[in-house]
Amino acid sequence: MNDQTNTCITAAAAGLINCHSCGLLHKAARAHVYCHRCGAPLHLRKPDSLSRTWAYLLAAYILYIPANVLPIMTTTSLGSVQSNTILSGVNYLLVSGSWLLAMIIFIASIFVPVLKLIILSYLAISVQVRSSWRPRERTWLYRLAEIMGRWSMVDIYVVTLMVALVKIQGLADIDAGIGAVAFGAVVVFTMLAAMSFDPRLIWDNAENNNE
Amino acid sequence: MAGSVSLMACNECDLLLRVDHSFEEGVVKCPRCAAVLLEHKRHSLDLTLAYTITGLVLFVISNAFPIIGFQFERQSTETVLLSGVWELLDQDMHLLAGLVFITTILAPFTQLATLLYVFLPLKFNRTAPYTAEVFRFVSVVRSWSMMEVFMLGILVSVVKLAAMGTIVPGVALWSFGLLIFVLAAATSSLDQDLVWERLGINQ
Repeated sequence: MNDQTNTCITAAAAGLINCHSCGLLHKAARAHVYCHRCGAPLHLRKPDSLSRTWAYLLAAYILYIPANVLPIMTTTSLGSVQSNTILSGVNYLLVSGSWLLAMIIFIASIFVPVLKLIILSYLAISVQVRSSWRPRERTWLYRLAEIMGRWSMVDIYVVTLMVALVKIQGLADIDAGIGAVAFGAVVVFTMLAAMSFDPRLIWDNAENNNE
Repeated sequence: MAGSVSLMACNECDLLLRVDHSFEEGVVKCPRCAAVLLEHKRHSLDLTLAYTITGLVLFVISNAFPIIGFQFERQSTETVLLSGVWELLDQDMHLLAGLVFITTILAPFTQLATLLYVFLPLKFNRTAPYTAEVFRFVSVVRSWSMMEVFMLGILVSVVKLAAMGTIVPGVALWSFGLLIFVLAAATSSLDQDLVWERLGINQ
């Protein structure tokens, strides 16, 4: 189907810039600023990839604390007020016997964000120390982090629906808590961190060390 | 197909490759990092357009009708997609309301609208102005469109609420279920290479 020349040369080494959006190659010598096919800004590697990734990761780490400590929703029923954090929500589901639901929320709200933060931090560090260890597997980790992050939004949607549906006058009312805002911000920041990270950096180091 | 062998770089590891574009169906992966370089599908244009139009119809239904109703004692509430966002705005949760609005309404709609803008004229061998720029925007929007996650959110809420009262599934629940499959199908039938070729600026 395709005949590849097996020379291991990158576009950057050949003096070419690959449009990250549509894949059109441009000669790096001529200073194109925008892709002449799709209009995307051209750059050899994503600009300030590591600093941006770290900035978003740091913001996510900091907000992760209020996201877990503060309530994501508050239930008022018959005068008594009950606050739920992410963890107490999982615990409530476990106690009430819905272990499948407890597992879904645990994976989406606790396991996935933590794993994503760990993977992205590890990748950023590995690029910073110019590691040439298993670039293929690290690229695979990057893809994993990129696709799984969105599932953390489940809890935000559950809060939204509960808030909209449970407003029974005088009996029960549910309010969204500030923890949900912090948690939503964590999801957004880890998504932005993954988008800022450039997987080509993993391979740049792998090449330099092979020479 | 133009049947051209052209030079391209892998979008994930920047490896320079000579790739033959003249195959009808299949995937070419990067030999170094296994990223997908090219993916050709049969009837890609027609399928993407069909899924996009179906998606828009389902999107309208999903927004116009209630998703679920909840009955407790003699009182009942219903929710459409937008009412959750309104309720959050009411409680001064502006950021949260914005996030939910963008990921469940604005992004999915923009995704479908931009696809229609690109693919409907292409079907009649025309191109609308700024098609290249609009098509580039499709992949940006896609990462913020989270319909399938929202669907899981609905299911979790249903189980949680079932313990408190009676749940009445609404019309939008079914159209939603269909919409996530149609959106996935529209995305997977899309062949970027073909679009760029049809736009006539394939290097």
